[in-house]
Order: sequence, then C-alpha cells, then structure tokens
Amino acid sequence: MELTGAQILMECLKLEGVTTIFGFPGGAVIDIYHELPNYPFKHVLVRHEQGAIHAADGYARATGQVGVCLVTSGPGATNTVTGIATAYMDSIPVVILTGQVPTPLIGNDAFQEVDIVGITRPCTKHNTLVKDIHKLAYTIKQAFYLARSGRPGPVLVDLPKDIMQAKAKFIYPDDISMRSYNPHCDPHPKQISRVAKLIQKAQRPVIYSGGGVISADAHEELVTLAHRRHIPVTSTLMGLGAFPGNDPLWLGMLGMHGTYAANMAVNNADLVLAIGARFDDRVTGKVSTFAPKATLVHIDIDPTSIQKNVSVHVPIVADCKSALTALNEALKGTAKDVDYPAIRKDWLDQISVWNEAQPLKYKPSSKTVKPQFVVEKIYELTKGEAIITTEVGQNQMWAAQFYKFHRPKSFLSSGGLGTMGYGFPAAIGAQMAFPDRLVIDIAGDGSIQMNIQELATAVCQKLPVKIIILNNGYLGMVRQWQELFYDRCYSETCMEAQPDFVKLAEAYGAVGFRITKPKDVEPVLKKAFAINNTVIVDVRVEREENVYPMVPAGASLADMLLV
Amino acid sequence: MHRHILSVTVENEPGVLSRVAGLFSGRGFNIESLNVAPTLEPDVSHMTITTIGDDAIIEQIVKQLRKLITVIKVVDLTEHKAVQREMALMKVLAEDRNRAEILRIVDIFRCKVVDVGHGDLTLEAIGDFGKIQALINLLTRFGIKEIARTGTVALKRAMQD
Repeated sequence: MELTGAQILMECLKLEGVTTIFGFPGGAVIDIYHELPNYPFKHVLVRHEQGAIHAADGYARATGQVGVCLVTSGPGATNTVTGIATAYMDSIPVVILTGQVPTPLIGNDAFQEVDIVGITRPCTKHNTLVKDIHKLAYTIKQAFYLARSGRPGPVLVDLPKDIMQAKAKFIYPDDISMRSYNPHCDPHPKQISRVAKLIQKAQRPVIYSGGGVISADAHEELVTLAHRRHIPVTSTLMGLGAFPGNDPLWLGMLGMHGTYAANMAVNNADLVLAIGARFDDRVTGKVSTFAPKATLVHIDIDPTSIQKNVSVHVPIVADCKSALTALNEALKGTAKDVDYPAIRKDWLDQISVWNEAQPLKYKPSSKTVKPQFVVEKIYELTKGEAIITTEVGQNQMWAAQFYKFHRPKSFLSSGGLGTMGYGFPAAIGAQMAFPDRLVIDIAGDGSIQMNIQELATAVCQKLPVKIIILNNGYLGMVRQWQELFYDRCYSETCMEAQPDFVKLAEAYGAVGFRITKPKDVEPVLKKAFAINNTVIVDVRVEREENVYPMVPAGASLADMLLV
Repeated sequence: MHRHILSVTVENEPGVLSRVAGLFSGRGFNIESLNVAPTLEPDVSHMTITTIGDDAIIEQIVKQLRKLITVIKVVDLTEHKAVQREMALMKVLAEDRNRAEILRIVDIFRCKVVDVGHGDLTLEAIGDFGKIQALINLLTRFGIKEIARTGTVALKRAMQD
C-alpha cells in the first residue's frame, strides 16, 4: 500500500519512539497537520516558533531523548534559528521538521519561501532538503541517528509540500550506515593506562566535568572515579547535576562566576581531568594561565574540541561513559598500592581552607529581597530535586551557584549561546516529559519578556510550570558589567516600563504572586509550588545586586573579584 | 605558517561545497585555492584545498572538515610526497618589441600559446604553485590583462619513503 509523504513522516516518527511534538502550523505543513490527528502524538501548540524549538530542546535535555519540533516554511522556519543555534552550541539532540514550498517553486522567491537549509548550515549538526519521496523515510531515520549519536546536536529536515502530498511505498530502513560518519566511541587503551598512572601519582588532582558527562549518561561512573580516588570535582555550567551538589568532594562551578575554591583548585592542581568539556572562554579565563601547574587530560567525543583552545598533554577521543568505565577498570585494585586518602589529604585540606575562606556568599538583608536568598529558598523547599531551567544573565548565574543539583538532567540552561528567552519554553518541554515533577524557570524580568507569549501554551496544556522572576528592573548582567567596567554608564539596561506580571499571569489564566519582602519569600514560594497551574512569582529583588565571584573577561582564574 | 594542500573526498550532493566553504569563512580559516570536480564514482566528488596556517590551525581545519557529515576523507598531502599541478590561462600584452621575449619565456617555462590577438597572447601554463608564481612574476612587467587559474590539484605519489 502506498502512503503519502505526510503519512510516511508520521510513521517514521512513531517508529523513532516520538511521543511529543512541539510545533506551529502553516501553509506548507497543512498536509502534515492533516495527518496528525490520526497518530498518537501529543502535540504542543506554541505561540511562537522559537518557543517550539526551545521546548523541544528542554524536552531533550530533561529526558536525554531526541526532541522534535515541527514548523512551517519561511518565517516559521527562520523563527527557529535562535533555538537551533542554542541546541547546537550545547550539543542537544533535536530534530527540526520545517515545511518548504513545493519543489517546482523552490528558488522562485515563492510566498513564505526561505532557504532554511542554507541558513542553518552553520548551526546544525546536519540538514537536508528532501527532494524525492523515496528518500524521505531514510532521511528521517538518518536525522534521528545523527541527532542522538556521537556528539549530539540539532538536525533539520526541510519538507516541500508536494513531497508531503506525493505517494510512495513506506519502507523504513533497519539501520543507517554512512561511509562518511562513524562517531568514534571507545578510548585508546594506552591513553587510559597513562591517565590511570597519572591519577595514582597526582597529589593535587581535579576533575573538570562538562555537559558531555550528562549527555553520555556517565554521571555514575564520574561519581565512582571521584569517590574511589578521592578527587574533588568542579564542573562547567553545562555539567551541573552530573556530580551531586551536596557531596563533600564538590567544589561548585568553575570559571567566570565559579567558586573561589573551584578556580583556586584548578589554578593549583597538578592534574586536571577535563571530561566532556570544551575549555570555553567563560571557563578558562585567560587561556595561557589556565591550570598552569597541571598535566591536562582531555576526554571528549568530538576530536575538534581537543587541542582547540588549550593544548593538552593526554587527549582521549571517546564517549565519556566508555572512557570513564575503562578508567575505573584500569584503576581497580590500585588502592592496595596507593593510599589515596593519605596522598590527597593535604590537597583536600587546602580546598577546605579555600572553601571556608571564600564560600559563595551575599549580604543578607531583612529589608530587601536578595536574589541569592530566593534561589537558596527554592533549593531548600525542593530539596534539590526540581528541574530548574533558567533564562540568561544574573538569574542564570545565581541559579547555578545557589541551587545544589542532586541529579543530572535537572538543570536546563542555554550555556554556549546564552539565549535570553530560553528558560520558560524549555520548562514547558521538561514539564511535558515529566508531568509529575516540579519544573521551575528561574527568570529575570528582561529575559522572561522574550518568550512570555508561551504563557498561553503552558496554561492551555495545563502545565504547572513555576516561573520565578528575579525582578530587578534591569538587564542585570549587562548593568553589572557597566557598573564594573564601563564607568556606571547604564546605557539602555534599565527596563523602565514593565508589565504587571501578576495581572499578566491572570490575563493568561495563570496564577500570579508578588513578593516584596524577605519574610514573604518562603510562604509564597510554598503556596506557588503547591498550585496545580502555571504560576508566575514576581520577586522584587535588590536592584543592583551583583554576581560574585567574578573573573573579568580575559583575566586569569586566580584574579577573581570577590564580594 | 605553512601552505598545506588538503585532499578532501566528499559525497557528491547539493550543498557540500557550501558546507566546506562556510566552514572556512565561519571559523576564519584561509582558503588560498579550492578545486572541485567529480571522480570516477558518480556519487563522490574530490576537492583540493590549499590553505595557510600554523600546525594548530591546520589540525583544526582537518578535524573540522572530517566532522562535516558529507565529508568522507581528508588527507593533508603536505605530510606525504605528492604531485601537484595548477593550470593558468593568461592574456599577456604583447607589443611587437616584447613579443619575442615573451615567446622565449613561453619556451623556457614550457607553456603554450593558445590564442593570439593583435596586441596580446593568451598563454596556457601548467606547473606547481611555485612555477606558476614565477611565471606570473616574469610576465607582470609586460602587463597581464586577464588571468584564470584552476587552483592546485594534487595526488599522493605512488612511492612514499
């Protein structure tokens, strides 16, 4: 029996295990939407396509499965570009299905035509325009395979309207084999034994873990390595949650807004194990002075990440899980010959000294609400078990610093691209995946307004997402830079006219609260978390609070500005 | 900073040239010349890219190329013995008083005269990068009106040390 292109697409999605699609219809995808009611997918109708792609991304980050986003041609497709770039920078598996004008019209500047394959070439892992219905099933299968294998990433498939209407026999390939793509997975045994020897000798080792540990599901292996060999752990923003934030070996995040202990540890370490991280400039500070005393080991699945920003001594191209498994295996039994607690004692003592000297801190106040205090309260009330999404800027950094993540895939934040407006739609995606978990978007008053229209989506889907706005009336992080490095010239960072977020929530059918006093933080948050509806909590916080510690851009990690 | 010749085998499908060119422009790498042509296999194309960079940059270029899904194979021919050739067509101003000397240069460089006009000669020159560059240097003083070059193409030599 022959199926239409639209039916073939639906069959493919079903076989790939897709349950949820985030999308927005339009002329070029009407045929696909016409088939949708005949299939068992949950479709989340967003209010702007950027919401769809971020929600698919949030779904993917929270579950580890491929997120799916379906939009129409032209503006529908271009509206997803920011979200595609966001997923690309953070290596998130998403498949983006875009409608396209009928093939005979391609290149004619037809209505709602845009070369989305050309536009997204540099920000997708791969993308394809389907020009032949007989290649449709293969292309969809390949898109999912590419998105989730190797270093994950977004893959876009452009679907012309006439291909969706054409008919062909549905043949789904059993597997995909590509001569030009073989993601390397297993580590080189010699390199692993080199690292094992380094770990046995090191006096001052540090693990610097990244998002790769989470996407490879290697958090248990990471914890095993750290615990058995007594190695303190720091991580990138993307790596938060892979190592429990309440573990004694946890140093906190490193880098520009990392903890004093984490940055000092990296600065003084004799061995740094970078695992699934990529030496981003926000992590390294001045590259030439990064970990100056250390032998650097770098484990990453992407060969281009290795030796790109920092020259490392022991490169290992491998999936983090197989590398850590091999490393733990290679170190098995070494505790007989190496007294790990003894050789690390001085180092761990030194780290405690740093921790006690400069813990993460802020000046508490009984009059104004401190944003850090709000995040601390959220942590206490949720016991580190919530899924936290963030927007970008100060809200993101305070969330990363003051919420201690107990498990992986629970901190969803735009790390690489730094996309304002990410957190709320990502929370919608995560809540779709986990209807029973508490999902909280820690937002700023600037960022939340970038995708505020998704309130309608959340209410419509009955999603009890909680939006906590740390409202300081500023684009706070830019204002902080202006204060510290630009002579306090607050050019265009003061958000003078703001909506009444409480009324706005109510207008959309959500619930709104406002907090202006520190004593109200706990009771109102408690009330908000108990409500089975979308809630906005507008917290009026100290307006000019800064994020500290801070390593100024281009400075060495050791040169932190402290409170 | 050295000149490297990269031999790149790619899937012959739409957009592959754009992927490769976009990679170079997007990451700020140099392309000195780029040649693309089909191979004996209809679904495979071959590119020869000459680029300039230090070892770290060349390492990145090679890795980034390999990361592209449609790239099958990348070889840095600079690490091997290779034959390399480029063809250039040059329309050179040839006034009567210079004509004999230009023809002598043509002879020495084993070029061919492929077209003759009243005041100019069109030459075809084949050689490696250095030879073409030397020829251009010699002919510049007569006036080169137009030039079209293929860019380098290269193959690994059969006998490697």
